[in-house]
Amino acid sequence: MQGIVISDVIIGILATGVRLLAPFLFASLGEMFCQRSGVFNLGVEGIMMMGAFVGFFVTLRLGNPYLGVVMAILAGIVLGLLMALISVTMQAPQGISGIGLHMFCWGLSGLLFRVYVGFITSIDGFKPLPIPGLADIPVLGPILFQHNWMVYLSILFVPISWFVLFKTNWGLKVRAVGVAPQAADTLGVNVNAVRYQCLMLGGALAGLAGAFLTVGQANMYADNITAGRGFIAVALVYFGRWNPVGILLGSLLFSMMNSLQLWIQVLGINFPYEFAVILPYVVTIAALAVAVKNVWAPTALGKPFRRESI
Amino acid sequence: MLKIHGISFEQKQDPGRCRITMESQEGLRIKDVKMQGIVKTFPGVLANDHVDIDVHAGEILALLGENGAGKTTLMKVLYGLYRPDSGEILINDEPVSISSPRDAIDLGIGMVHQHFMLVPSLTVTENVVLGLRSSRGPLLDLESAAKRIEELASRYSLAVDPYSPVWQLSIGEQQRVEIIKALYRGAELLIMDEPTAVLTPQEADELIRVMRGMADSGRAIILITHKLHEVMAVSDRVTVLRNGRLVDTVLTKDANEKLLAQMMVGRDIPQTLRTDETSQGDPVLVLDDVWADSDKGPPALRGLSLEVREGEILGIAGVSGNGQREMAEVIAGLRKISSGSVRLKGEDMTNSTPAKMIQAGLGYIPEDRIVDGIVQSFSVEENLILKDHHKPPFSHGIFLQKDAISEFAKEMVEIYDIRTPSIDTQASHLSGGNIQRLILARDISRNPACLLACYPSRGLDIAATEYVRKKLLDVRAAGCAIILISEELEEIFNLSDRVAVLYEGQIVKVADVDDVTLDEIGLLMAGAGLTETDDGNSRELVDMI
Repeated sequence: MQGIVISDVIIGILATGVRLLAPFLFASLGEMFCQRSGVFNLGVEGIMMMGAFVGFFVTLRLGNPYLGVVMAILAGIVLGLLMALISVTMQAPQGISGIGLHMFCWGLSGLLFRVYVGFITSIDGFKPLPIPGLADIPVLGPILFQHNWMVYLSILFVPISWFVLFKTNWGLKVRAVGVAPQAADTLGVNVNAVRYQCLMLGGALAGLAGAFLTVGQANMYADNITAGRGFIAVALVYFGRWNPVGILLGSLLFSMMNSLQLWIQVLGINFPYEFAVILPYVVTIAALAVAVKNVWAPTALGKPFRRESI
Repeated sequence: MLKIHGISFEQKQDPGRCRITMESQEGLRIKDVKMQGIVKTFPGVLANDHVDIDVHAGEILALLGENGAGKTTLMKVLYGLYRPDSGEILINDEPVSISSPRDAIDLGIGMVHQHFMLVPSLTVTENVVLGLRSSRGPLLDLESAAKRIEELASRYSLAVDPYSPVWQLSIGEQQRVEIIKALYRGAELLIMDEPTAVLTPQEADELIRVMRGMADSGRAIILITHKLHEVMAVSDRVTVLRNGRLVDTVLTKDANEKLLAQMMVGRDIPQTLRTDETSQGDPVLVLDDVWADSDKGPPALRGLSLEVREGEILGIAGVSGNGQREMAEVIAGLRKISSGSVRLKGEDMTNSTPAKMIQAGLGYIPEDRIVDGIVQSFSVEENLILKDHHKPPFSHGIFLQKDAISEFAKEMVEIYDIRTPSIDTQASHLSGGNIQRLILARDISRNPACLLACYPSRGLDIAATEYVRKKLLDVRAAGCAIILISEELEEIFNLSDRVAVLYEGQIVKVADVDDVTLDEIGLLMAGAGLTETDDGNSRELVDMI
């Protein structure tokens, strides 16, 4: 313990924080598109569980983690479609259908794991991919540039999402459909098609987030491996005010607090670990309470769209 | 010279001068549009019953009828928002199929809806290009779109800043965005659904000239309205609907207001007017230097002062959004004020609660009668006793007195002629006019000292409107102090003793109705201080209104 240099610890905390960002960023950016289009998808957590299992299982059986990620994304898209079918086409209340989807995925992933695997085993996931030249920069190198490719991708998704949302024709439709679906409809925008697309994108990203947990981080699968990250991702969308930059800030805050509590435990600092584990959640709730007040929100969020209503 | 939203009103003296002489008929595809035998039913309602209409390029067709006559339904069929049960649509005598707004847009049909179809969080340009292909493929091209919007805006005198977010625009500006949206899509037939309902007289006047200009450039316009003077002022032909059926189509020059009113209602209509003199009673409700915040944050009421006297109707004129809603909520005890005072019958009621205001003798006819006026899932009788349900004779201790309640409800249904299958019917099943009768019955039967009536006749048909107005005059005769917030200047002038103009959260003028003209009030509503107006101007405006 004595040999540890304070600066190394700080770099370690920051580097772990960046690594923990990925699942939050994938899941909440996907959820942001869903909510921007007016659909509140509480099933993210469940989709992440399925993504985590599919990513793990494909990698375990076929030995190819890339294939695992692709299959996890496909599973996410299918589940996103299921959510769209229930909440957009059948117009079921979104909160309940999201919770239903979550329970379904939780049960299904657990069942599949017990039937086809049955014991805890590890897989060969992705190795860190230090970026040549940048990885050797003191301080910044270890913090930012010595992660696996999924971490880089998740951070790249922030500017990409921003660009798609604010600079493309499709992004304009998404923004319109979540605020004034009737108005978008009168201009010939297919409201439900846009919502389907957003739910599929959100599902794909949630599946990717889940796969990261097994293939990119833990290299194993355990029941409830997502541990509420999907619900945190939903909260982060509110915290980030439906904006990719805000979501990045919220995710950073949360993952850094998580990293801090991990390091508190690792270093054996004299601090009850129960409190350490609570820390990130307390900070998130406090931050939400302060930040999410009188905030603009997509006004049609949670409301199914029906054209012929008088 | 007066300027409203950048439009000069000096032009008004010579309407011909600002007529739009542009590309004329060339390049336009639509020569005429016919709808034949259109039938549209909703559960329990026959909204359109074999209706035929037709409109030609270069003309303005007025579609006239009372609320519920089926005007909007018919136009929503034409715009692809509703699918008709039967009937067909012909463009240049070719049958066309319109199953969505996209089809209508592709055929050159545009619609300006009564409730604007805009996305408030987006800019003007974003609203205009929404749903269109971009010149840059998947990427937005807002710069060139903004340029085209500016061209259209200047050609049709529809001044608007393409880069403003829509929520920041005035109602008049939002309407211009709606028109630009349709023109940008190449609309050759423009459907306008009650476009002047939300405008000041000056803005309405301006809009009428814009419509004339568009018709002169070879476009066809269908104007949905229930205002007769508007029909006479702007249209070439009039189609009248009543109860979902076609009454007749006539040339405007062969018609007059009286004839059209009879066609629309099916009988002669009396005009409710205040006839007796104003009594000089004591002040009942006094607001002094009231400041209150809006929902968005900045103050909506900025030092508002007014007093209403016993036995008078004080009409509040103003363009909606100038603090009417906030003022009503302050009086009803629903909104806190940051400074100033509210007094009712001499007692300080500043930042009181709705319950205390009710007990102190305030009656309230809310703006949104369905959301704020009734509990939709409650029965008629339950709604009728809402304000006194905790007092005898309606309750003893913790128990409701079913017999007393039923007896009271039956009496109210009788006296106020509430058309309902029974007193146990759910209030949401009543028509708008009957819901308003229910609210009037509840609040007037309590003998209020002060009655706050917010847009009491909005959306009601002629018969229900006349009933509401007559009731207000009855209550006034009984000595009640009445505040009448209305968007119809005609209503204010016919009923009120005094009129107050509300502009940006302040009462900018209070006057006896007989001492001011519609023209003066209209200008004050638009934010112009009382300056001299030239005579030609006033005359034309009064005719317009």
